[in-house]
Amino acid sequence: MHSRRALTIAACAGTLLFLHPLTWAHAGESDPQDFTLVEKGRSLATAADCVSCHTVPGSGKPFAGGRPIETPFGSITAANITPDRDTGIGAWSDDDFDAAVRKGIRSDGARLYPAMPYTAYAKMSRQDVIAIRAYLNTIEPVRNAVVTNTLPFPLNIRMVMRVWDSLYFTEGEFKPDPQQTNEWNRGAFLVQGPAHCGACHTPKSLLGGDKTSEFLQGSPLQGWYAPNITNDATRGLGNWSVADVTAYLKTGHNRISAATGPMAEAVSLSSSKMDDSDLKAIATYLKSLPGRPENAAKLRPDDPMMMAGSAIYRDQCSACHMLDGHGVPHLFPSLAESSVAHSDDPATLIRLILRGARSVATKDEPTAPGMPSFGWQLSDAQVAAVATYIRNAWGTGTPVTPASVTQARSDLRKRAD
Amino acid sequence: MARKLPKKDVVIVGLGWTGSIMAHELTDEGLDVIAIERGPWRDSPTDFPTNYMQDELRYRIRHELFLRPDQTTFTFRNKMDQTALPIRSWGAFMPPNGVGGGGVHWNAETWRFAPSDFVLKTHLTERYGASFLPDDMTIQDWGITYDELEPHYDQFEYLCGTSGTAGNLNGQIQDGGNPFEGPRSRPYPTPAQKQGYGHTLWAKAAAELGYKPFPQPSGNLSRAYTNPLGLRMGPCTYCGFCEWFGCGNYSKASPQTTILPVLIRKSNFVVRDNSEVTRINTDRSGKRATGVTFVDTSGEEWEQPADLVILSAYSMFNVQLLLLSKIGQPYDPAANTGVVGRNFTHQATSSVDGFFDSSKFNFNPFIASGAIGMCIDEFNGDNFDHGPLGFVGGGYLGQVQTNGRPIETTPVPSGTPKWGPQWKTAVRDNYLSSLKGGSIHASFYSYRDVYLDLDPAYKDRLGRPLMRMTIDFHDNEIKAANYLTDKYAEIVKAMGAHQVDKKPRKGPYDITTYQTTHLNGGAIMGADPKTSVTNRYLQSWDVSNLFVLGASAFPQNAGYNPTGTVAALAYWSAAAIRGQYLKNPGPLVHA
Repeated sequence: MHSRRALTIAACAGTLLFLHPLTWAHAGESDPQDFTLVEKGRSLATAADCVSCHTVPGSGKPFAGGRPIETPFGSITAANITPDRDTGIGAWSDDDFDAAVRKGIRSDGARLYPAMPYTAYAKMSRQDVIAIRAYLNTIEPVRNAVVTNTLPFPLNIRMVMRVWDSLYFTEGEFKPDPQQTNEWNRGAFLVQGPAHCGACHTPKSLLGGDKTSEFLQGSPLQGWYAPNITNDATRGLGNWSVADVTAYLKTGHNRISAATGPMAEAVSLSSSKMDDSDLKAIATYLKSLPGRPENAAKLRPDDPMMMAGSAIYRDQCSACHMLDGHGVPHLFPSLAESSVAHSDDPATLIRLILRGARSVATKDEPTAPGMPSFGWQLSDAQVAAVATYIRNAWGTGTPVTPASVTQARSDLRKRAD
Repeated sequence: MARKLPKKDVVIVGLGWTGSIMAHELTDEGLDVIAIERGPWRDSPTDFPTNYMQDELRYRIRHELFLRPDQTTFTFRNKMDQTALPIRSWGAFMPPNGVGGGGVHWNAETWRFAPSDFVLKTHLTERYGASFLPDDMTIQDWGITYDELEPHYDQFEYLCGTSGTAGNLNGQIQDGGNPFEGPRSRPYPTPAQKQGYGHTLWAKAAAELGYKPFPQPSGNLSRAYTNPLGLRMGPCTYCGFCEWFGCGNYSKASPQTTILPVLIRKSNFVVRDNSEVTRINTDRSGKRATGVTFVDTSGEEWEQPADLVILSAYSMFNVQLLLLSKIGQPYDPAANTGVVGRNFTHQATSSVDGFFDSSKFNFNPFIASGAIGMCIDEFNGDNFDHGPLGFVGGGYLGQVQTNGRPIETTPVPSGTPKWGPQWKTAVRDNYLSSLKGGSIHASFYSYRDVYLDLDPAYKDRLGRPLMRMTIDFHDNEIKAANYLTDKYAEIVKAMGAHQVDKKPRKGPYDITTYQTTHLNGGAIMGADPKTSVTNRYLQSWDVSNLFVLGASAFPQNAGYNPTGTVAALAYWSAAAIRGQYLKNPGPLVHA
């Protein structure tokens, strides 16, 4: 009896051992037992915010893909990057994974679209990418087949991307600048590499490639304008201290501003979970990037738009943002010091006035204050006037035309987000 | 047949101030909590936006934020020999509805009751003798003391960021504050609000008459504040749209601004809105609650089992749910037996309008907040000798004009026609130079024939009997109203008013005109199960895993606004649950 039972157990164990390589979710050489490697991977994957694009919000299936990623050329659906062997990346080798992340080349040799920011991830080392792989191998595999290529012809032909890559993609790991501190170099690596800040904040060419000479100087994004995050005096982070930048990334709020829109998600899923030392490194690096000279002339207070805007501001805005434009720290943003107000492109300012917005809630800043929509109440000319006033009362900014508000209103009508 | 949901540690009935406080405390304890709220979810930026909340017609006149009477209402009568009829449009009070409850649309006057209020029966009997009190007055002690409640008053004020000037810091009387208040352990978290011209002049006149005026404690904040939960509040803008309205400026303390954003981040908390609890379920012994039954908007019935039931609805709905669930003995005023529905009270407010020379006075009454104002406390509680006066109780007197809103702010001297060109002229002439809202905020003590029971005739849409209110003023309250109104009028006269219109509270109790939403009692706390529904920890004497929060616990009403005390009691009860009950579930007091 005993021996028979023992035999059965041994047989089962044998079966398990035999099945193990086929059913065990992880693949590649990376070692799931190596805590140090997994933890490094988690840290990098957090900075890289993989979970944002590769998860359908609210699905409860992190990294299982299926979220449509909006690009100016159409939507691309993010892949399943859980270790599921059939529908995820479980069957990929480490080389396959590295090629995808750092070169934009899929395991079957097809080219990825740069909605996957391999152009930035290329700054990571192979060891970095293997660490991310090791972390992803610890995620629960989810069976979820995703059709990723949903672009229209001819962009749906992935061969097209060969040409694009030759124009806009430079391979090569991040090389530290020995003239700079370790902190600066860490910040530069994170910003240029895994955190891929430029994906949103660097202006794009007509083909969607980075205008590298205008690195991080602001770019339109999904009905918003991702502002200049160099040290530019009024359009960028010139008024922000390193501590202000760090607080913003950690909590979504600081004495000047609050994260809304796509940045709210970036804070929520990525930067609020990063190490404080990494956030400070990012801030140090961003604050070292020079701004550009001012080119907009300040409007005179007696300009008719300024007079109308001033009256509307006093009536509608000053209760929260205060007459002096400084708001209430950590609650109502300071328009006087805000890069949102003074950006070259006022898309975010117009959008906030028309639609209102909810700021992000984080553990350290749970209030998540919101601004109501004024689109139903103010005409296009009134929105233009008050936006112009906000841009010129405490800094400079090109006037906002009623036509641009009309256009923004029409564009926003098509957007659910 | 109700569909049964998975069991929770705690079910909370009603997510207003007390429900939110209890939910926060018990989730901090690690318990799995569900709150069931009859009304909708509500949030500051989406439901109270600054650019349309100031709509007097929608919110004040048409009662936007309140319960709709066709969902459920009350029947009302003055006397026991009358037939009660259903209220079809709210008047004397505004039953709250929705997440945040009354905490959304209150004025945010954040008072503490006086130490003697908690031992009222003992105090008055000792000072004046038992025969001084009217025969049918049923006042009693609360079973707790001010000193026991002080830490929890403090807790609530620091949650809210209350703006005020301390009058008694650890026994030391402070200049500029209320010298009659009980000792407080800390100053207010933020300084008092700035006062308007009318409030300031009134205080000056009161001081010249020998009184000690002080700023009303306000939950409309004088400056930005971060509360102990890390929630941020902004400074009040003095827009004058507080009571009846939600605040989109994050400057009025409410569950939305002080608790909910933290609560909803907790994984051990969920809320079900638009769901009305219809009864508390008990086991066969009737001594243990097993959870609650509720209906959703589809009429679907659900059972939510739980180990602990927190009843934190509006005062009268607490009483109704107890009666419908057959928990505790219903009060019978004829036999003078039973407790549920007993010692039901309201407030006894009076007012004085002052009219001034418009060439000399401009009060700009629209610059205001819900809890702005200057008050005196010389005539509250037992701060003055009632011996020669023939009544007990009192209230604070305050120039607390909260707004100059266009529809309702039409002050005209008595004798003016009610409509037509002369009325219009009088409104124009007096709008800026009159003071309305002279508030006399007096106590309403309890009586044998003022009570709540289930209406024998009228039922709600679910077939449940409506709550019947039997309520009238007694001579004691009318005498107090006349005395206090005269005192108030002297101050307005001293300010230089050329006409002073006194409006002392008169009987019979009027259900059609707004007074306050401070309906109290019916499920009162106390030391004796024969005369109270709950023990001193707000725990049901009959069902030990049921706690009944809110103003339904007040044995009688004091001359202050109730919210500070309602919230302090919720913290007190939560501390008892966390510190004692959970370690050893069962009765916390053995009678």
